[in-house]
Amino acid sequence: MENIEDKSQGTSRIATEEMTLNMGPQHPATHGVLRLVLELDGETVVKCTPYIGYLHRGIEKLSEHRNYFQIIPLTDRLDYIASMSNNIGYCIAVEKLFGIEPPERAQFIRTITAEMSRISSHLLWLATHALDIGAMTVFLYCFREREKLLDLFERLCGARLTVSYPRIGGVRNNADTKWLEDLYDFTGEFPMRIEQYETLIDQNRIWLRRTKGIGVISAEEAINWGLSGPVIRGSGVPYDIRKFMPYAAYDRVKWEVPTGKNGDVYDRYRVRMEELRQSNFIIRQCIEKIPQGPVMADAPKYLLPPKDKVLTDMEHLIHHFVLITKGYHAAPEGEIYAATEAPKGELGFYIVSNGEGKPYRLRIRTPSFVHISVLPKLCEGSLIADVVANIGSIDIVLGECDR
Amino acid sequence: MEPLEIAERLKEQFPDEVAGVTQSGEQVSVIVKRGRIIDICRYLHDDPAICLNYLSDLCGVDYPGRKPRFEVIYNLYSLKHLHRLRLKALIPEEELSINSIVSVLAGANWHERETCDMYGIVFNNHPDLRRILMPEDWEGFPLRKDYPLKGAEGKEYRGYEEARELHKHDEEWNIKS
Repeated sequence: MENIEDKSQGTSRIATEEMTLNMGPQHPATHGVLRLVLELDGETVVKCTPYIGYLHRGIEKLSEHRNYFQIIPLTDRLDYIASMSNNIGYCIAVEKLFGIEPPERAQFIRTITAEMSRISSHLLWLATHALDIGAMTVFLYCFREREKLLDLFERLCGARLTVSYPRIGGVRNNADTKWLEDLYDFTGEFPMRIEQYETLIDQNRIWLRRTKGIGVISAEEAINWGLSGPVIRGSGVPYDIRKFMPYAAYDRVKWEVPTGKNGDVYDRYRVRMEELRQSNFIIRQCIEKIPQGPVMADAPKYLLPPKDKVLTDMEHLIHHFVLITKGYHAAPEGEIYAATEAPKGELGFYIVSNGEGKPYRLRIRTPSFVHISVLPKLCEGSLIADVVANIGSIDIVLGECDR
Repeated sequence: MEPLEIAERLKEQFPDEVAGVTQSGEQVSVIVKRGRIIDICRYLHDDPAICLNYLSDLCGVDYPGRKPRFEVIYNLYSLKHLHRLRLKALIPEEELSINSIVSVLAGANWHERETCDMYGIVFNNHPDLRRILMPEDWEGFPLRKDYPLKGAEGKEYRGYEEARELHKHDEEWNIKS
């Protein structure tokens, strides 16, 4: 960059020429395909313009051409780091619309798997965020624990990443005792692992200098911008849908909502670290309290019959066939906005049903979309190195942003 | 406050603007005309007893054959009182525009851009109304009901053609990507 002496003002200030820099869409710190156009004055970001849409697959449009069962695998592809949470969010929205109540055991299994999903999502976030800022060891440690959770997912439903495990009215199959015991063992060991991560970075001077006071967003601004999840809680607003509008079995377990004070990158990091502990605590309580019983609701008008019955009984086979080919017999007309607390924030499904077997309109409100919109506010005026810290701190996944 | 009470208050405050109230389950929708949407949102946001200060979501819905054809949906929530209300602003096909509510709720910014991108509804006084998910030169509005699922037939997007041109070299040299 060429330095020009600014003599027009009669001062000896050295003015710098502004420069435009493209960051992404294939930059390692943009976590996928986010493109930022940065206007720089020296190392200071004057203007930041995010460009999204590189991963746009038209999931909302596709959903309007599929029946309600067939949309579940599409929701996996939103936040693929925490696909279980997306599945659960969608199923809860449809259940509210249809008035189906899943059985108690399914509610507990959903809570357990949603929190496993949160832990594995936060672990991936911590690993990559630390890597962005320059800490390599944390990355390896986090993936070690995440691998164990993915193994447990695989044992539960046969898939590690895109699970498609919850069903409208419950979950696909039961969780066996051995699986629950192994998960319980994991939760006994995990708090010690969290301490390990913290030992590595919590008091690290480089980490503190790069995160404290960076990307500050006040509580009022966070509410006005519609932020959610750890980002709004980092600014001191205790907005957690699991507490505000409890679903699944969250009203039957005890936990706390961690919040920050300053709303900077460091506070958002602290909130997520505390959430790891709280999620672990929730899973332990759920395993201790989980009741026996069925895992699918009994609502033949809307739900598929059990697979073993389909293979042996003609009535169930016909029922299965009709539901799959026509969608629901009689989906109620109406509309619903149902929100759940995904690892990254508020995941909302707005469904309009006109009584057909498929949704008339399915709108997905994803946290990453909202959080990226606030990125210019976080970055403008700060240094270019802070852009990386800011992107990491809002924990984005472009799959759900672009949909 | 119950959502129906809020709807009643809204009717009293803006008698000419509220076109109807519907209920689906526990959730209440207030159908409003588009003219004074900023005033309505400002009132719902500022009134301490209502305080709908959080925009959960904003989107559009297309009802072809109905008049007015489009709706803009505002899913509002109160972080103070924990109640929810849905506003539905009616948008006629002949004049696809509504005022932007970014001055009241900053979070509407990208949601409005997306609604414009997907339905072609213009948000007046929006600070930066551009396409967001589709390319700038994309033709048509994909979430409209009359837009085909697989895109306009027999017509490829210019960008795709350019990419094919770019990779012709690979085919010539039998490079498999």
